Amino acid sequence: MNETEKNTRREFIHVLISRHGAERTSLLPVLQEFQKKFGYIDGQSQQEIAFAMNIHPVEVNSIISFYSFLYDSPRGRNTVRICKNIVCDFHGSSEIADAVRKEFKLNSGNTSADGKITLEITNCFGLCDKSPSMIVNENVYEKIDKDSALKILRGL
Amino acid sequence: MKKELRSPVSQRPHTAEDVNGKSGIGSEVSIELNGEKIKVALGKSILDICRENKIHIPTLCYHEDLCIAGNCRLCLVEIEGMKNLQTACSFPVTSPVKIKTFSDKVRKARKHIIDLLLSEHYGECYSCVRNNNCELQTLAREHGIDSYEFGHVCEPRFEIDNSSAAVIRDMDKCILCRRCVRTCIDLQEVGVLEAINKGYETKISTFLDLPLSDVICINCGQCINRCPTGALHANDPSDEVWKAIEDPRKHVVLQTAPSPRASIGEEFGLSPGHSMTGQLNTAARRIGFNKVFDTNFSADLTIMEEGTELLNRLKKALVDKDENVKLPQFTSCSPGWVKFIEHFYPEKLDYLSTAKSPQQMFGAVLKTFYAEESGIDPADIVTVALMPCAAKKFECNRPEMNSSGFKDVDYGLTTREMAKMIREAGLVLPELPKSGFDDPFGEATGSGLIFGSTGGVMEAALRTVYELVTGRPVPFDGLNIDVCRGMKGIKEASVKLENCKKEFSFLEGIDLKFIVAHGTANAKVVMDMLTKGELSGYHFVEIMACPGGCIGGGGQPIPTSESIRKLRAKAIYDEEGSLPVRKSHENPKIKYIYEKYFSDGPCGKLSHKLLHTGYYKRGKFIK
Repeated sequence: MNETEKNTRREFIHVLISRHGAERTSLLPVLQEFQKKFGYIDGQSQQEIAFAMNIHPVEVNSIISFYSFLYDSPRGRNTVRICKNIVCDFHGSSEIADAVRKEFKLNSGNTSADGKITLEITNCFGLCDKSPSMIVNENVYEKIDKDSALKILRGL
Repeated sequence: MKKELRSPVSQRPHTAEDVNGKSGIGSEVSIELNGEKIKVALGKSILDICRENKIHIPTLCYHEDLCIAGNCRLCLVEIEGMKNLQTACSFPVTSPVKIKTFSDKVRKARKHIIDLLLSEHYGECYSCVRNNNCELQTLAREHGIDSYEFGHVCEPRFEIDNSSAAVIRDMDKCILCRRCVRTCIDLQEVGVLEAINKGYETKISTFLDLPLSDVICINCGQCINRCPTGALHANDPSDEVWKAIEDPRKHVVLQTAPSPRASIGEEFGLSPGHSMTGQLNTAARRIGFNKVFDTNFSADLTIMEEGTELLNRLKKALVDKDENVKLPQFTSCSPGWVKFIEHFYPEKLDYLSTAKSPQQMFGAVLKTFYAEESGIDPADIVTVALMPCAAKKFECNRPEMNSSGFKDVDYGLTTREMAKMIREAGLVLPELPKSGFDDPFGEATGSGLIFGSTGGVMEAALRTVYELVTGRPVPFDGLNIDVCRGMKGIKEASVKLENCKKEFSFLEGIDLKFIVAHGTANAKVVMDMLTKGELSGYHFVEIMACPGGCIGGGGQPIPTSESIRKLRAKAIYDEEGSLPVRKSHENPKIKYIYEKYFSDGPCGKLSHKLLHTGYYKRGKFIK
């Protein structure tokens, strides 16, 4: 990351903090909005946020690691979540996941080379009656199969 | 210890004081504890009530110095009418409850918890540094665990982080009680450790999971003292020390700091507060150290240097009206504190005294003056420092600490490691005969001795500075400057300088104002006061990184608590009171070394080279 980029991020953090306040309780909205703009929260920015809010960087790190929807490393432009729990698995979710991996040539970090998607195999998201289910960014798709899943993802 | 805890209000321990005097609520409540009717203060936790009534409740995450966490669930008790078991540590009694502390349900639940902890705990007790002093092991024994009910981890899952010179992290032994997290964040305000991820994948981690040497760790080792298992332990150089002892070409010299002698007895089963100075000397000689010196000697040397530096600063500020002189002067004896200020207040480093810590001064003196006097090649001298401290290991490995032309101090041993060496040598410390220190650095004063406790450096410095300035001893009863003593987080007081000697007439009538703080959380408060300009008018600040000063250091015997620290401090002060010489400047060996070697006096040219140092502006950003 070059200096201009660092400065942009630093300035944005201060905008966010003036918007939400510097109390501990403002941490989550700050992190969410930061991520919305930059895709993930890098180590440097985690420290900037921590110092601006007078908490320790490791606490920010801890919070980010706790919440599945906050990331500390770069990811694909779209996040695809496929449930791995037993009901979805019975209905073929692991085959769908394999097909996605193959189609988009995902690397070990489950991200495609072109940065289009990141696949996440997650725990139950409570849609067992409509299994197998998939969440793409903020949209839920129910009762998918291999073909429909790939079709959705190709169209992103 | 700290009033402003990080935990939310609802999770903080309630005390009887909180509710006393509040209208509508009585201050006492009658409860039934294991069938016995008793009256207790309203709002007191069940754990405290049980301890007062001599009922042992097992705990793991609970620690006297830290805020309540309630995450280990071992202190569960049964309360009549409640469906679930309750944690005794976090349950304030506010109604006439009936408590059972060892019913069938309770015992089963506790055993299950221990079984579950063991199923995740890698390693066998006999290959662990904390064997025989492990809280998990003790609990397993207390609850009659004789098999791994839910299995056992057989392969290590984590790499041991031994990047730090001071603290080693072995996360396979971690039971996630978060004592280290609360120590690092709440007690010390350093913020190295925190839990990351969640559920089954939780682990204690540093920022971005970096090695400990790369994050903002001050090496204070307080996390080690509070870890219930062997997950955190000190970087032990005793193998190298043994090797040096066995090498006939090496002249191995031990210097012992003031506080290990007050605590090492605990490693041999004595209760806290027994001073073992004489026995420790005998043990060190029997182990094979060629010379045993007293770090108190270099503590006296530190007082001469630091005290003179203070007078120089005062003179520059008051007589020369030099605006670049920084006052108050901060002490620099505590390597944890030095690294703390380097990281968190790099712009304030000019306030820090440039005097080295007693350990490093001694190292430099041993490899120069002592080598010359005794005709030993300094390359053959191995200096070992027995310290109560984990940060001293980092300090002696600082690259700039080689003013003698060699590594000034080769190895830093903690009290625990020294006790281990003594046991390895087959010696029973309390049964050994007493013996004195070796010449020429065996003579030390009471001022050097009290360095071991918070306020000690200040007290020692005042005794010398006051007398240098006025020619009279400090105006306190029996030289005991009680305002410096005690476990209050931040102490402040002043001494009026009157009828000063001619050369110090610029100090006439000045109120010498000083502050004593211990624990880096308190240091932070003081530093924030400095930043806000609230410390103008103060002259001298003593800061120790560890709660209680060195007697509560990260290398001291485990466990630690305020009552233990108080007993250790008492042992030091008791021994101090009976010493013949109690002022650093009256130490005959100090006079000798200034006549013979540092002939241009304290803060002179040679002493600047050997006894003073500089600091790094480290900053708190991790690149």
